[in-house]
Amino acid sequence: MAKIEFRNVVKRFGAIEVIPEMNLVIEDGEFVALLGPSGCGKSTSLFMLAGIYLPSGGELLFDGHVVNEVEARDRNVGIVFQSYALYPHMSVRDNILFPLRFKKTPRDEAFARVKAAADLVRVAELLERRPSELSGGQQQRVALARALVKEPQLLLLDEPLSNLDASLRLSMRTEIKSLHEQLGVTTVLVTHDQIEATTMADRIICMRAGRIEQVGTPDDLYLRPSSLFVAGFIGSPPINLIAGEAEAGTVTVNGARFPLEGGASGSVTVGLRPEHLRFGETGFAGRIAQIEPMGREILYVVETGMGAVRVLEQGSSAGHSTGEQVMIGFLPENSLVFETARQKLIAGAHVRAPE
Amino acid sequence: MTTIADELTIERRGHAGSASRRRTNFVIFLGPAIVLTILFFIVPVIIDIAVSFTDLSRSLHISEFTTEQYAKVFRTDRRLSQVIGLTFIYVFGTLAIFNVTFGLILAITTTAIRNVSGSFFRGVWLLPRMSPSVLYILLWLWAVSPTEAGLVNQVLMQAFGLDAPLDLLTSAPIALIIISNGFIGASMGMIIFTAAIRGIPEHLFHAAAVDGAGTFAKIRFITLPALRWPISFVTIYQTLSLLVSFEYILLLTKGGPFYDTTVYALYVYRRAFESGQYGYGAALALFLIVIGVVVALIGWRFFDMERLLQRPRIEVH
Ligand SMILES: Nc1ncnc2c1ncn2[C@@H]1O[C@H](COP(=O)(O)OP(=O)(O)OP(=O)(O)O)[C@@H](O)[C@H]1O
Ligand SMILES: [Mg+2]
Repeated sequence: MAKIEFRNVVKRFGAIEVIPEMNLVIEDGEFVALLGPSGCGKSTSLFMLAGIYLPSGGELLFDGHVVNEVEARDRNVGIVFQSYALYPHMSVRDNILFPLRFKKTPRDEAFARVKAAADLVRVAELLERRPSELSGGQQQRVALARALVKEPQLLLLDEPLSNLDASLRLSMRTEIKSLHEQLGVTTVLVTHDQIEATTMADRIICMRAGRIEQVGTPDDLYLRPSSLFVAGFIGSPPINLIAGEAEAGTVTVNGARFPLEGGASGSVTVGLRPEHLRFGETGFAGRIAQIEPMGREILYVVETGMGAVRVLEQGSSAGHSTGEQVMIGFLPENSLVFETARQKLIAGAHVRAPE
Repeated sequence: MTTIADELTIERRGHAGSASRRRTNFVIFLGPAIVLTILFFIVPVIIDIAVSFTDLSRSLHISEFTTEQYAKVFRTDRRLSQVIGLTFIYVFGTLAIFNVTFGLILAITTTAIRNVSGSFFRGVWLLPRMSPSVLYILLWLWAVSPTEAGLVNQVLMQAFGLDAPLDLLTSAPIALIIISNGFIGASMGMIIFTAAIRGIPEHLFHAAAVDGAGTFAKIRFITLPALRWPISFVTIYQTLSLLVSFEYILLLTKGGPFYDTTVYALYVYRRAFESGQYGYGAALALFLIVIGVVVALIGWRFFDMERLLQRPRIEVH
């Protein structure tokens, strides 16, 4: 097991600076998720941890030792690639055995460990097959077994679930999570799926264009997103962002006045999550434009004076109909206020629904 | 409203239509290839067979039909066993040292280094293939010239202090024909292997590196297994082309000294066109075709090519 530290790590490909500067500590045994949109440098960061890419600057530490120059094969990390990267001409057994070849593990012990790893991810009956004879989910398990068989000090997962169908993804999510609890190995999961990140990880590192935008628990990122980007990225359906002007204790949005708690002035953006909005007697007015049943929840799109607002209501049948005039209310502590210019959260600032 | 019977007739007519369409497609798509095959392969073989049963010679006069030529091939021609032995050394020497092994080394090294320098080196190795054979052999003749002006002799005498110039054409003719052919033959393997190596997903190398493999382990466990099909293909293809080609040898050594570098194909040529024994040449040539077919079949079995052939990606009905 290892504690990981990025100190001012920079990564360039030729003239392109992919990671301008990265500072991050991952505690021993922790399960963290690197979350961000496509092309933001998640895989690049992961490949630096694996030793596949070398940092262009700064220091990368495992347990306090700088590993910048340590080769991939000497780092004792296990990695599952997005494409799984199973060796096509080897049987599943040989695939899982492969990392042990280079560790000079005695034959009997190696076979026992392959068996144990295969049992762990439940592929024991597939050992004689070729990767091409496996389904996506089975390949994913084999890749996991290959990563785990050498008992790595660090487990890296690069979007391991993105090729699976919805139900398989759900069950693999639970399985990987329980594997982590069982083995306690420091794990870094790369994903662009916020639900995957929030359900699996102890902490989420939210990245944007090579920079870390926010690090925190899933709750931190959900309840106190440090920026508009994080607020928009976390949560589904996405947060409502409403631009307004703050002045003398009030936020004015297109004529509607929201009383403001906490200090803020100038252009602000009010963030209201759809699941925190409720229809009631008070609040701001609107007309239901669209209804989308989502199983156990109903998503309403409401036309209001401040644009389209999404409202999520529990229940499986719609209590309202299109064209209906409604009032939308919310609890002040559920509202977020951002400074529009800097895109940053104004800590402690909230708005109340108009009376 | 259509009855079941109507539908059946429509269906049957449809089938008849598709059958005639299939015939048309067959003629359109395969016709030209079939005509070319008949004209340039089947017909010459038939002529060859016919000639091999005659005593056709320089006078271009057939006096009798005879199996005498075959008696010669299998019994009386003493030189033939030497020629076959040499052909074996030449084909497998060139193949094993250059066309496969050296081609493989070139492909692996030039894909491992930077792209620009890799392409440059591959370009250099393609040059002999692109230059006219006569020019290429003229350069070789200059290089191995037995005088002090020859490139090899200049290097040996000036850099290594050799006293008298070497006459490689006399002292090492077999090595020379293998090397001069190999330098050209390696380029084909190089190109095919390079393309195959480029086709290996990069993540496999990354995975192997993380799993603990060094450079040689990566070559052994990732690169070589991915090259099984290209290696088999190059081996069989080059065996056949080495068996029948002799132009570089003819230009470089003329098959000499004496018969020392006369490989089978060149022997056919020398018998038919130098000694004017057209009938005997034809019999020898037919025997070469048989050898070629047998070698191809053995190779096909040995490399289990059938299994390596991919199933069609699109199913055509
Ligand atoms: N070898 C490379 N050479 C040049 N640029 C690269 C290279 N690898 C990645 N990049 C660039 O670095 C950026 C980050 O790439 P990276 O693969 O880390 O993205 P990612 O966050 O993993 O995205 P995704 O979710 O699509 O996998 C991208 O803009 C990409 O174009
Ligand atoms: Mg990626």
